[in-house]
Amino acid sequence: MHNLTIAELIKGLQSKEFTSVELTQHFLARIAALNSGYNAVITITADQALKAAAAADQRLAAGNAPALCGVPMLHKDIFCTNGVRTSCGSKMLDNFIPPYNATVVDNFEQAGAVVLGKTNMDEFAMGSSNETSFYGPVKNPWATDCVPGGSSGGSAAAVAARLAPGATATDTGGSIRQPAALCGITGLKPTYGRVSRWGMIAFASSLDQGGPMARTAEDCAIMLSCMASYDDKDSTCVDREVPDYSATLGKPIKGLRIGVPTEYFSEGLNPGTEQAVRAALAEFEAQGAELVEISLPNTGLSVPAYYVIAPAEASANLSRFDGVRYGYRCEDPKDLTDLYSRTRAEGFGEEVQRRILIGTYCLSAGYYDAYYGKAQQVRELIKQDFVTAFEKVDVIMGPTCPSPAFKFGSKGDDPVAMYLEDIYTIATNLAGLPGMSVPCGMVDDKPVGLQIIGNYFDEARMLNVAHQYQQATEWHSLAPEGITAPDGITATERAS
Amino acid sequence: MSNSGWETVIGLEVHVQLATKTKIFSGASTTYGAEPNTQACAIDLAMPGTLPVLNKQAVHYAVMFGLAIDAEIGKESAFERKNYFYPDLPKGYQTTQLEKPIVGRGNVEIQMADGRTKNVRIHHAHLEEDAGKSLHEGDFRHGVSGIDLNRAGTPLIEIVSEPDMSNAEEAIAFAKKLHSIVTSIGICDGEMSQGSMRFDVNVSVRRTGTTELGTRTETKNLNSYKFMEEAIAKEVERQIDLIEDGGTVLQETRLYNGDTKVARSMRSKEEANDYRYFPCPDLLPVIVSDETIEELRRNLPELPDARQARFIEQYGLSAYDAAMIGSDAAMAAYFETATKESGNAKLAANWTMGELAARLNSEDLSINKSPVNAEQLGGLVARIADNSISGKMAKEVFEGMWAGEGSADEIIEARGLKQVSDSGALEQMVADVLAANQAMVDDYINTDEAKRKKKLGGFMGKIMQASKGQANPQQVNQILVQKLNELV
Repeated sequence: MHNLTIAELIKGLQSKEFTSVELTQHFLARIAALNSGYNAVITITADQALKAAAAADQRLAAGNAPALCGVPMLHKDIFCTNGVRTSCGSKMLDNFIPPYNATVVDNFEQAGAVVLGKTNMDEFAMGSSNETSFYGPVKNPWATDCVPGGSSGGSAAAVAARLAPGATATDTGGSIRQPAALCGITGLKPTYGRVSRWGMIAFASSLDQGGPMARTAEDCAIMLSCMASYDDKDSTCVDREVPDYSATLGKPIKGLRIGVPTEYFSEGLNPGTEQAVRAALAEFEAQGAELVEISLPNTGLSVPAYYVIAPAEASANLSRFDGVRYGYRCEDPKDLTDLYSRTRAEGFGEEVQRRILIGTYCLSAGYYDAYYGKAQQVRELIKQDFVTAFEKVDVIMGPTCPSPAFKFGSKGDDPVAMYLEDIYTIATNLAGLPGMSVPCGMVDDKPVGLQIIGNYFDEARMLNVAHQYQQATEWHSLAPEGITAPDGITATERAS
Repeated sequence: MSNSGWETVIGLEVHVQLATKTKIFSGASTTYGAEPNTQACAIDLAMPGTLPVLNKQAVHYAVMFGLAIDAEIGKESAFERKNYFYPDLPKGYQTTQLEKPIVGRGNVEIQMADGRTKNVRIHHAHLEEDAGKSLHEGDFRHGVSGIDLNRAGTPLIEIVSEPDMSNAEEAIAFAKKLHSIVTSIGICDGEMSQGSMRFDVNVSVRRTGTTELGTRTETKNLNSYKFMEEAIAKEVERQIDLIEDGGTVLQETRLYNGDTKVARSMRSKEEANDYRYFPCPDLLPVIVSDETIEELRRNLPELPDARQARFIEQYGLSAYDAAMIGSDAAMAAYFETATKESGNAKLAANWTMGELAARLNSEDLSINKSPVNAEQLGGLVARIADNSISGKMAKEVFEGMWAGEGSADEIIEARGLKQVSDSGALEQMVADVLAANQAMVDDYINTDEAKRKKKLGGFMGKIMQASKGQANPQQVNQILVQKLNELV
């Protein structure tokens, strides 16, 4: 059952091939057996899941089941879940149990999805390797000595290891697309404003966007149809009808104009990765698409601009974690300053502290114009690059990241090398554009991701394009070895 | 010490709590005086993942203030984050406006006691959220501090004046005028004791005749005119003494404790926070359409200046009375109701400003909390106007109404206070008194005509005594003179 896609699971549930309780038990058993090998799931909500599954089975039996009724899934631990610890991968929130749901969590609940638990992540979504999590690193199911990418590494690894057919994730600078690429799954970061940020713990508010991770574009379409909604609790959420993303997946892509940015195929790109991406482009050409060479001249400025804007916003967003009202508080503070400084020094990890300091510095009197002001100007230029490009093309394609999954610790000492991991993904966040990653090959037995960037609110087209690619290729169907339970007992047997 | 040879320059920053039902960025109630932390929701507590949604009513109120002072309205204003750590500031930043405030330059005309007027320029007014309250030793349990977040997120406009005032009288006239405007247009309840209006006073001094501004200090959070006056006086004196003794004034933030009368430095410029303002990414720019501005302008309640002019015109009040009553929205409404009820504006004005105001003042009550409502006072004024009761009786009736004994008519009836105006009865009363006091009558007759008037008081006393004070004095006087003259 764990090799079935969400689309297939929905069919199976509706045709009573299996029940949601069976399915839920199956995935819970897989998590119990396999998660220790990946550390992808940090909170398991088995009791609630089984209750929800039983309720879903009743609705399925009654014949009035909503879209995702009975389908098990996981939430990234950045989404607040009423009554269930929401840690954001941090010691700071290790004891935090929200009394409310994120809108995304509500949306899946209303669609009848069954939540198995919460996934590991880089602390406060700051990282590209999942090494900054308070709960320890997530291991890449394709190569357990390698990182799964970050910050949504737990969600990506869980989906790759078939611990759940789909998971929610968030993307501030590549946190959906990069781990999706490194774990060989499909992930979509929607247009800024498409998915509500209410209850999604903020890293950099003007860049953060929630999105789906699953094995196929078709599954991402099903998830996004549920995940996206207008929400008056989020002022930056756009009041715009949510299309049925599944409805347009089958459209032929003949005549599609694909922009190929020169800047995305320059130095630093792994040759194997380049080869895989070029092969994918050739496949699109074979299906009748037209490749158009384009330029995004300000690409090189995106990483520096991002590492001013994102930390600046984060430095304010994370001020609320002060030990006063909730979360971690240091032992026996001797005065207010001691309370603040020790709570935050002990509660935040190194990378989070680094970014708070960078952000604080960039916003300081005398530095604001040179850093934050300039970064905002660069952001406009980057946005303009895309606006110009989309006058000539329908989608833009290139690699999701420069190379396949790297080994643990290999970039740990060099923050800048780590930041360059997001060189191809960051620009779309700065521009607010949607982007996705689709498996397109293997290098050194590790997956490679093709990035598809779309115009504003053009997710339906991106999903259609990705689906057409997946109809003709098998990369998304590959499974890492070792994802059957290590003791040889299959998950199904364990569940029964 | 003398202030001669010195000029004072004063500018004000005024925080006005807007009278919205809910907070500026959340749906929690803004009602004053609830149990601590019962009016703070997840957003006010800055729980992770929560987001602000702007209260449209607060925006409209701010625009109304802008229209009231004839200011430029920021058609596209924006919120910024002002970063600093304090336990009563849950997010670790205050959401406020800096670069693009909702209200731009405007003007407020103030009037001094001697009738002199002056224009105070408004630099801008911006929307922001209030912080919570920290309760320290004395207000809270021994050895711990408490945080009450009920106030956190209450909408404020901060009105920033130019340094156009040159003494405490002008500063207070300006503060009172702002109070008058915001209560008249209904955007603030004006309850200063509850912190609905708070004043930060920027003061500097310079030698008379010089034009360069001296170094200013800011005394924060004054919530009464009296404290403002005291704080300004103390600060002016401190600065002059300091300079005359060869020192220099340091730019600093100061606090004044109105109870202990002690002023002290809170922090110097060097210790000032770097607030690291930047645009709040959780909120969109605030766009106010021309249609909305015009609609708010059309529906803007009467402003104090217009109301005062109308009171002179419509009710024949003196300029002084019109200013006294017309500047306070609640008092003006009270007066108009009492006038309508009694049909006598002059008497209604006298009673509103006189007996009522004095009594409210002595019991520290706002007019909205008056035990005697406007209809009741109007009822009393009506009985004075139609001579049913004398002024002296009226005071007794007022006391009865204050004590909750009912309407004027009910009290007059219950206490038998009705004035005797029946001329037949009064003539008999006068005749009886004259007959019983022949010696006084003879004395009157034998007095020179020019001095007879002085003798009337004695008769009046006896007649009023005989009537137990209920005889209408004007009528008695008339009958008495007539009868005595018949005897001469």
